[in-house]
Amino acid sequence: MSSGMIFGLTGLAIFTIGLFGALVMVEPLRRVLALKLCSVGGGFMLVVAAWRAPPEVADPVPHALVITGIVVMISATAVALALIRRLHTLEHDSDD
Amino acid sequence: MTDLPRIDWPTLVVFMPLMGAMLAFVCPRQAAGLGLVAVLSTAAAVAALVLEVLAQGAVVTRLGNWGAPLGIDLRADGLSTLLLAMTAGVGIFVSLGALDSYAPMRADARTRRYFWPLWLLLLTGLNGAFLSTDIFNLYVMLEVIALAAVGLTVLSGRREAVRAGLEYMYASILGALLFLMGVGFVYLELGRLDFAGLIAAEPAPALTAAVALMIAGLLLKSALFPLHFWLPGAHANATAPASALLSGLVVKVSLYIFLRLTQYMPLPDELLVTLMGALGAAAILWGGIQALRAERLKLLVAWSTVVQIGLIFVAFARAGQLGLVESWKAAALLILAHAVAKAAMFLAAGRIKDEVGHDRIRDLDRSHIRPTLAQFTFALSAISLIGLPPSLGFAGKWMLMEGAMAAGYWHWIAVTMIGTLLSVAYFSRVLAGFLRFDRLRTPVGEHQGWALADAAPLILALSALGLGLAAAPILAFMEIGYPFGTTP
Repeated sequence: MSSGMIFGLTGLAIFTIGLFGALVMVEPLRRVLALKLCSVGGGFMLVVAAWRAPPEVADPVPHALVITGIVVMISATAVALALIRRLHTLEHDSDD
Repeated sequence: MTDLPRIDWPTLVVFMPLMGAMLAFVCPRQAAGLGLVAVLSTAAAVAALVLEVLAQGAVVTRLGNWGAPLGIDLRADGLSTLLLAMTAGVGIFVSLGALDSYAPMRADARTRRYFWPLWLLLLTGLNGAFLSTDIFNLYVMLEVIALAAVGLTVLSGRREAVRAGLEYMYASILGALLFLMGVGFVYLELGRLDFAGLIAAEPAPALTAAVALMIAGLLLKSALFPLHFWLPGAHANATAPASALLSGLVVKVSLYIFLRLTQYMPLPDELLVTLMGALGAAAILWGGIQALRAERLKLLVAWSTVVQIGLIFVAFARAGQLGLVESWKAAALLILAHAVAKAAMFLAAGRIKDEVGHDRIRDLDRSHIRPTLAQFTFALSAISLIGLPPSLGFAGKWMLMEGAMAAGYWHWIAVTMIGTLLSVAYFSRVLAGFLRFDRLRTPVGEHQGWALADAAPLILALSALGLGLAAAPILAFMEIGYPFGTTP
């Protein structure tokens, strides 16, 4: 088994764990983390796959895609965390 | 016309709302005025683009003169321009409705401050997505739309709205991730991301898998059964103008991208097309049953969106794989019909809730305030959603059934008929409440509950009804620049 194959399968495994978590988890924070894991796994797979054709040079375009994905994911995570905090505040205010 | 300086309308259509969003964010006191100006001028640019497309066919802009595989091209053909015009038209009237819904005495300062920047950002994303010609650009636009749409969902700051918005956010992120993975694998397979490259591609199993990932993401974002779980909560708990935008325009983007993808990379298998139709049929049945059970007016309208999305997928699958060359037009016509009618219906539902004070369907016939004009608007848009002539919804359903009949796919006709009956049933629950007066002990205030704010949804509902008469020119317009290969 080549190293590329091992890396690729690792990425796929991380993606699947994240996907499973995102679908099954109930706790809001855990679901955000699961989605993060999902995106890390997906990005990992693409970065590994970019090395595929001639082994010396990597194709820069998938790297650019992954960087954009990371930037988008950061802002999406920030929004999700802000929403979770807001929801937490609202729920605790109404309990009192 | 030829002497006019050559203005690059597609670029303006994307960047004008973006500028407006930034200005409205920086000057919150003038947000409403700035927002309205930005929406109107964007609509004017779209109108100019429509004329240009009518005169000379598809319009292509190479941003920065880089040109396709590397650079970003904007391309306005018939279908794109039609959806841009739909967005502009619905946008103007929802903006007018928002002026009333977010008036100082109805909404708090925060809601008023953030609505306009978010809506203009949403408009930027929508216009950008309709003009994109490569799948990575589409991904970026999907994210712009998703973030703005979540913001609009939670605008009221109420607990149910935030909870629904969070659920929407999860679905959105997951859908976008699946789409991005698909985009990455398409690149690894083909080495390019533009539509022209997709057309030229040889069919291969790896490519099919990549496209399947993208389609799975899009189905999650367009809330096709059984991936609709986030939609009713998000659309029912947002404020009325936001619901109108979410239901009328936002779900249409992923449907549009789905149509585009299948135009350029035909689904490899008859089975897949049938699967889309079957999921659509399940959405019609399940959404119809849930709409019959809904206790709140806005929740009923939100479930009706699930039904209509199912109907659009049935229209897509109406004549199997061979019929796809024509079927996308039926789907596009239904997309247009639903956008106009559903925006009108959500605005009218919001008006009814504002005037009556609640939106419990069971108690509508006990209210002594009858917002007659809003109720009339609700009924008119229900006519288009049910699909009675001469509405646009009727034209769309007619095309669906005509194509299914010609291809001998009778089961799609049966599904459409059952869906129509169900929609008559659940809308009748509401309309009966409007028309019953015998449960009241106090006299009805005859002229209560009218307002200038009823004008915007009423005009939208009337155009949903009237545009059905213009279905033939609309269909002809849609075909300009199709298929992709014939014009640059």
